[in-house]
Parts: sequence; C-alpha cells; structure tokens
Amino acid sequence: MATASSPLQVRGEVISLKRVGEYYQMAIAAPGIAERAKPGQFVALAVGGEPTSMLLRRAFSIYAADERGVFGGTIEIVFARQGIGTKWLSQLPSHSSVDIVGPLGNPFPIPASPLKTLLIGGGYGSAPLFSLAEVLRTRGCRVEMFLGAATGERLFGIVEGRRAASQLTLVTEDGSVGLRGRVTDHLDELMTRTQTELIYACGPMGMLQAISVFAKERSVPAQCLVEEEMACGIGVCMTCVLPIRGDDGVIRMTRTCVAGPSFDGDTILWEEIGSIPSGTLGAEDLG
Amino acid sequence: MSLKVVNRKSPEGNMSVDLRTTLGSLLLPTPVLTASGCAGSGKELSAFFDLSEIGAIVTKSIMQNPRSGRATPRMAETPSGMLNSIGLQGPGVEKFMNEDVPWLAQTGARIIVSIAGNSVEDFARTAARVRRAGDVVSAIEVNISCPNVSNRGLVFACDPISASEVIRAVRRSVGGLFPIFAKLSPDVTDIVSVAKSCVDAGATGLAMINTLLGLVIDTKTMRPKVAGITGGLSGPAIRPVGVRAVWQVHAALPKVPIIGMGGIMSGADAFEYILAGASAVSIGTATFHDPTAALRIQNELSNLLAERGFTALKEAIAYGHRAADEEVGQ
Repeated sequence: MATASSPLQVRGEVISLKRVGEYYQMAIAAPGIAERAKPGQFVALAVGGEPTSMLLRRAFSIYAADERGVFGGTIEIVFARQGIGTKWLSQLPSHSSVDIVGPLGNPFPIPASPLKTLLIGGGYGSAPLFSLAEVLRTRGCRVEMFLGAATGERLFGIVEGRRAASQLTLVTEDGSVGLRGRVTDHLDELMTRTQTELIYACGPMGMLQAISVFAKERSVPAQCLVEEEMACGIGVCMTCVLPIRGDDGVIRMTRTCVAGPSFDGDTILWEEIGSIPSGTLGAEDLG
Repeated sequence: MSLKVVNRKSPEGNMSVDLRTTLGSLLLPTPVLTASGCAGSGKELSAFFDLSEIGAIVTKSIMQNPRSGRATPRMAETPSGMLNSIGLQGPGVEKFMNEDVPWLAQTGARIIVSIAGNSVEDFARTAARVRRAGDVVSAIEVNISCPNVSNRGLVFACDPISASEVIRAVRRSVGGLFPIFAKLSPDVTDIVSVAKSCVDAGATGLAMINTLLGLVIDTKTMRPKVAGITGGLSGPAIRPVGVRAVWQVHAALPKVPIIGMGGIMSGADAFEYILAGASAVSIGTATFHDPTAALRIQNELSNLLAERGFTALKEAIAYGHRAADEEVGQ
C-alpha cells in the first residue's frame, strides 16, 4: 500500500547539469521525491527517452535534496559516464523530462547518542555523505570526513566536505591531491587520531570490504552503502542481491535495494560475493 | 468461425470497453496480469498502484523448499531486452502460502500462483499445498520452462512427454476443474506439440512465452556476463517470437485459453497478443522499467480497443486470424 514514505514515480525536469572533475552533477525538479528523501536513499532513472532500447533503470544515490528549490522540490545526483545509459544522461539538455522513481531504499541509520563518526567516500561514492554529515551534526555527532580516489579529478565534494565536516582528509593514489595512497593505507592513523566510534562508507566494493575488515578488527561498526547492479530498484527483479548474515545468523541472498542499500559491513560475506556461500538459506536445493 | 460485426469508426464519447475475460472457469475483470518473476509477490508494486485494478497478480514461481537462487551477477542489459539468471530464488511454498498470499489476498487482488519444481513429485506436492489455501488462489501457473536450471535437459517444457507428466501430476494434485496453466518455452522445435500434450494432460490453458535462452559475453572481462553463464532473454526484443507462438498455438487449439506474454511494453503490444489469440496478457520486464506498467498498459489497451471499434475485449481475441473476406462494417 502507498504510504507517506512510499516511493513515488514522477516526471522530473532537468534543472541543471554540470561537469565536476570527471563526474556530472545533475539537479532534477522531482516534486514529492525531494520532500521524502533522507540521506542514504537513492533514485532510479529511466534512460534513453521514449520508447527506449535501454530497459533497466539506473540507480543513483541522492547527493542533495532541497524541498524548496526555485523549481519546487529538487534532488541532485552525481554520476560518472560509464556506459550508454549515463552517456545519454550526460547529454540531456536543461528542461528535459526524466522519469524518476524514488526515494528508494532505507536511509542511513543514525546513532541515538552523539558519537565520533568518520565518513569515508571513494570517488563519487562520497555523494550521499554530505547530507548525512548535516544530519549527524544536528544530532551532536562529531563528523570527520575522508575522501579518496585514484586522481584529484576523481575526488568528489572537496568544497562540500570542508563545509560539512569538522575536518576533511583527502587521499589520492597518484598523490596529486592530499595524502598519497589508498584510503585504507591511512585509516589506522586517522581512526586513532579521531577516536572513531562509527564509520559510514560509500564507494567501490573493494574499498568497502577493506574498510569493513579493518573496522571489525578495532570493534568499530562500519555502515557500508553498497552498489550492486540493479534492474528495477524497487525490489521485484532479484538481481541486486548480496550474501548477508541476518540477526538470526542465517545467510540469505538479500536484495540490496529494499534491505539496504547500507548495511553493517560485518553482516556482508565480502569474500563470497559472486558465489552462493555454503549454508545460505536454500543453497542446498539449487538444482 | 462466425463473422464479427465491428463498427470500425471511433466511438463517440466516453464509451467504456468491457474488458472482462475468461480463462476456463476463471473470470477476470481485465485481461492484464503481471508475469511471474517480474512482480515478486505483489507487495513492492502495491506502493505504485492498487493491485486489484488489474486482472490478476501472477506471483514469482515458488518451489517446495527455500531456494537461494544463483550467484551474482544475475543480469545483463541487451538491446531492447535483458538477460536474467536469477535461478528461482524464493522462500519455499510453506512460508509463501503463510505470509505472502494472505497479505496479497487482503489487497483484493486476484492471485495466480506460479509453481516450479525439480521433479514431477515436487510440482505435485507444491500444487497440493497451494490448493489447500482454497479460493484465495484463483489459478496455478505451472512453470515447466524456466531456463535457469543447471541441467537444460530438465526443462520439462522442451519435451512433450515430460511436460505432460508434470501437468498430469498437478491436475491429479489439485483435482477437478481448478484452472491450471502450463507455461511454455519458445526454445522448442514445435511448440504446438508441447501445447497439445499439456492440454491433453489436463491443462486448462497455456501461458506463453517464457524467456529465450541466451548468452552475453563481457568484452572487457572476456567472460560470460552473468554468473549462470546462460540466462533468459526477455523484453520487447522477443515480442515477435511470443506473438508468433501464440498465433500458432491458437490456430491449432482455438478453444484453449492462452495467456500471452513476451516483451509487452504498451497497450498496442498487448493488443497484438490479443489479436494473435491470447485471452489475457502478462506484463513482465516492462515492470522493471516502469513500476506502473501493468496499469498503464491496461488503460492503453482499453483506449485502443475503443478506437478500433470494439465494445468488448472478447470480440478482439484472435481477430487477427479472420479471413480476408471477413471485414465487415467498414
């Protein structure tokens, strides 16, 4: 049944599209969706116009939601031009109409008490972290932010990060901006210095896995926002599953769109992604 | 065949078309259904439209026991289509009947439960469990054609004898006239012979087509794109195959009700299947693209029927088969 927090399908209008480093940032007037969106949720866009030969919706984290934009409720997304769908999006003129469904998935869980938090973003995976930082700060949490990418051009949100976090640390693999190396090369030092009590992370799966393992060794919970390929985003296609251990200890192939997209990193069987771990519910019956 | 007298002019005003259809003893208010595997158990879609407004919800094929499905990746986009290799992930029939079906029933939706199995006995047991729910379930779709099983030799619908063994067992299991529909695969040399043997074994009607077996290779990794290697191809790319299959089977078995599916994205696409001989249609991959597709397509179909001068859906079923001299009332 439709409720006040149910996703909506609306005809959005592209308000602006700009290049940001290697990425694209798009603002879409999406009445109803902006008003409902919370940090960590995502939207699913139809691509290719009508009719289209590209049937699968493209899912994007919500970077920002403004209930009172000049054009009404507006949401913003960030994307990389990776395939034919995002190429089409990157060429959309202003005022184009886009079919948009959202907000989808669950918001990031917010701690009940003020904690020292560390928000880690890889590449444009950082997009959902800035609105999260705002919410965490209003709850009295200390917010440290750590952004990493292969090159400076692939860092997203340096300006926003300075504004949203009490301290921003940058790292690039080529050393062109900030520290040299990968996020995980500097995680130990950063966590010690900031006495991290809770991590939020979003970015490539390899990075999330490394952070998750590292955080577990230090008994710090890590909320990981995962990105699995989706066809629908609304929970019916069963393609975006990951092996996840439930509170009852049972491993299930779990839909990341409706059960996530953020999970306690410790519940994800990272090593077994791409297989059906033995002991998964229903694995023995696979014909 | 009697002549159909049809007013070919667009009707004046808001004449509403009678969309009712019958599938054996099953009467549905509209001919638009979801396709199994593309609507889950209805809950997710209920955020987007009232499930009781379309003909019926066909639920994702359920098996006797819980099933994890296949490893990821499970999907690849293809031109005007997609390849999927889910592997019938599901909670098992007991949990499904205890939790999902009662929830769906209270929405007022009509429910067609799709079942799958590894063996004839599996199908029979699962059908019996579904039937125990009584009239909450309107019909059973017997999915003998899922391509995502490890042994392609086990696709029952690829062999008329295997297909009829499953249907006969399900018929025995549910008894009497309870509507059961055999879901057929297009990946056969002669779909008519499989259809006939299913009907002879007690199928009320036929649901067709399931996905076509396909393979996509990722040219970056230089390996198959989906973990299951092969997958089922769906979407508008396969629509002409589905329409052809419905046409052939209707021509051979004109009295057998057919639920037509395969790549329906619009009311016009649904109309093609109706003209080919389908009494109802299922909306599958379109739902991934547009969560309200089923309801939208139903409205488009209704408008199109009115535009073509039909006052009732039933007049349009198999209208594409009429003889050249059957044009009347032009």
